[in-house]
Amino acid sequence: MGLWNTISIALVALRLNKMRSFLTMLGIIIGIASVIVMVSVSSGSKAEIERAIDQLGSNMLTVRSGAQAFGRRGGSGSADPLTEKHLARLKEKFDFIDGISGSIGSTVPVVLGNRNWTTSVTGIHSDYIAVRQWVIEDGRNFTDREVKSGGKVAIVGQTIIDQLFDGSSPLGARIRIKNIPFTVIGTLQAKGESMFGRSYDDVIFVPISTARMRVSGRNSRGVPDQVGNIYLTISPDYDIKYAEEDIKDLMRELRKIAPGAQDDFSVANFSEFIRARNETSATLGLLLAATAAIALIVGGIGIMNIMLVSVTERTREIGLRLAVGASQGDILMQFLVEAVTLCLIGSLFGVVIGVGSGELIKQLTAIPVELNVPIIFIAISSAAFVGIFFGFYPARKASRLNPIDALRYE
Amino acid sequence: MKDSLIECRAVCKNYDMGGEVIHALRDVSLSIERGEHVAVTGASGSGKSTLMNLVGALDTPTRGSLVVDGMNLETQDPDTLARFRNRTVGFVFQQFNLLPRTSALENVRLPLLYSRNGDFPNPVEQAARCLQRVGLSDRMDHEPSQLSGGQQQRVAIARALVNNPSVILADEPTGALDSYTSMEILDLFQELNDGGMTVIVVTHEHEVAAACRRNLVFRDGQLIEDVEMEGRSA
Repeated sequence: MGLWNTISIALVALRLNKMRSFLTMLGIIIGIASVIVMVSVSSGSKAEIERAIDQLGSNMLTVRSGAQAFGRRGGSGSADPLTEKHLARLKEKFDFIDGISGSIGSTVPVVLGNRNWTTSVTGIHSDYIAVRQWVIEDGRNFTDREVKSGGKVAIVGQTIIDQLFDGSSPLGARIRIKNIPFTVIGTLQAKGESMFGRSYDDVIFVPISTARMRVSGRNSRGVPDQVGNIYLTISPDYDIKYAEEDIKDLMRELRKIAPGAQDDFSVANFSEFIRARNETSATLGLLLAATAAIALIVGGIGIMNIMLVSVTERTREIGLRLAVGASQGDILMQFLVEAVTLCLIGSLFGVVIGVGSGELIKQLTAIPVELNVPIIFIAISSAAFVGIFFGFYPARKASRLNPIDALRYE
Repeated sequence: MKDSLIECRAVCKNYDMGGEVIHALRDVSLSIERGEHVAVTGASGSGKSTLMNLVGALDTPTRGSLVVDGMNLETQDPDTLARFRNRTVGFVFQQFNLLPRTSALENVRLPLLYSRNGDFPNPVEQAARCLQRVGLSDRMDHEPSQLSGGQQQRVAIARALVNNPSVILADEPTGALDSYTSMEILDLFQELNDGGMTVIVVTHEHEVAAACRRNLVFRDGQLIEDVEMEGRSA
């Protein structure tokens, strides 16, 4: 008997018991749908984290004063601040540093005419734009002269343009930051949000010397050339792990830390941190997918159960089929195909529901969802496998029936 | 020269019922020729149904030799026996055994689904021809529940005919029918026999046995009488 015949016999049998077939499929439907949702959510967060790393720059290191990069840290005043001297020595010592910049941030009000807006004003070196993956959209970057001598110039982000300039070009305009007039010389391309929800576009950059003297007021603490945090990018052909070590060694030397004593600064690799976080969420995603797979197995057991009932119920039919010339193989195939068909139809429903709920989650919540196409095929084939695995025993039972007893079965 | 279809030599069939051996057939020897119309009669438990099952290859003899249509049934593997049931015999059962919620045409077509030969390039046409032969060409799309008992049995007979078998084996074919319908079915068998088909009917009803030319009477697993009914013409 051809496979097509077998399939059509199975479809007829399933159609005769629509409600039961549907309830039997339910386990598979739920299993497949949850596998797809779990994996989509997991790969969604993975993709988002990759995007965040890209935004951040994957070969960037951060140097801060104070011990420990993350977690508890002494207050910012507890260790000597980083200075222009540190920055200059790092730059001249290591060829593998592509770009390096200090960063002194403060949140202050900015005024244009009768409008004002409180934003983050960051003092930077000119490398900062490239190091932190910004792009100048209009105008220009700071010149070295402006950076060194406290030029009253500013580069503004998209949010500032929207809030103070109603979207029109701010180039050449004068804005007042802490009541000091600055000329806007450049604008930044929109960059979106950081993974912690802070807008990358709600920023104003000013030369670091200007920030020190006029905006943050940090020079009042007696370190006139402090640079806040140092951000630097490592040339892609140099291993960032070694770079981290080299920088640590030099910093210990510069800050005269005795061997064995604890660092009073930290070198952090943000992308490493994010990757580690990523691993956790990927593991969690796998765990959820494993739970969903268990649902699939439970669904398979449901199928086996119903197939056994069906074999008993249709004993006379099986006897008749044997009497009119069906071989044991034909009967085995018929019930196996029935089980697999149940699973496949169930998995198709499951895929539709899974993809649909993924889309719904994406629309209604902030949870990142990314449809994983291979998982759809994996899900469908594992459903087929479940059908074969759990359908085999009932099918074999059917095929081993004695035709005489089966024909007389009441 | 005799054209023997069924050759039964010293056939025994024992069943093991929980340690107790039941001798359903004891040393039965008989032969049936092509074109015969035979009734197998006897009380229940006499062994007539067992003989039927052996001839139809639903079961294999414990001892002895059984040749049907040139095939030695006691030495075949299950797949060969399945093919034999498909091509060589057509079964008719007391309870019709039609597939529920399935049209008459589909029911008749069923054996063709399992035959791998290319004898019937158009199975639907062949099934329709057989339904026409039993007088049901206007009921092809009806499901069993929409047919009377007699009509259902006709569908079952059409199903038995669909693969052009060498012999029709009917097990109490009128047992579930009223006497008028029973006569119709018996007439249909007679008609098929007149057309050259070998028909074997297992029955415990005298009227049914009387409709056949030859009666084989069984008692306690043995053939005790083999009579030609002179009253009927061939």
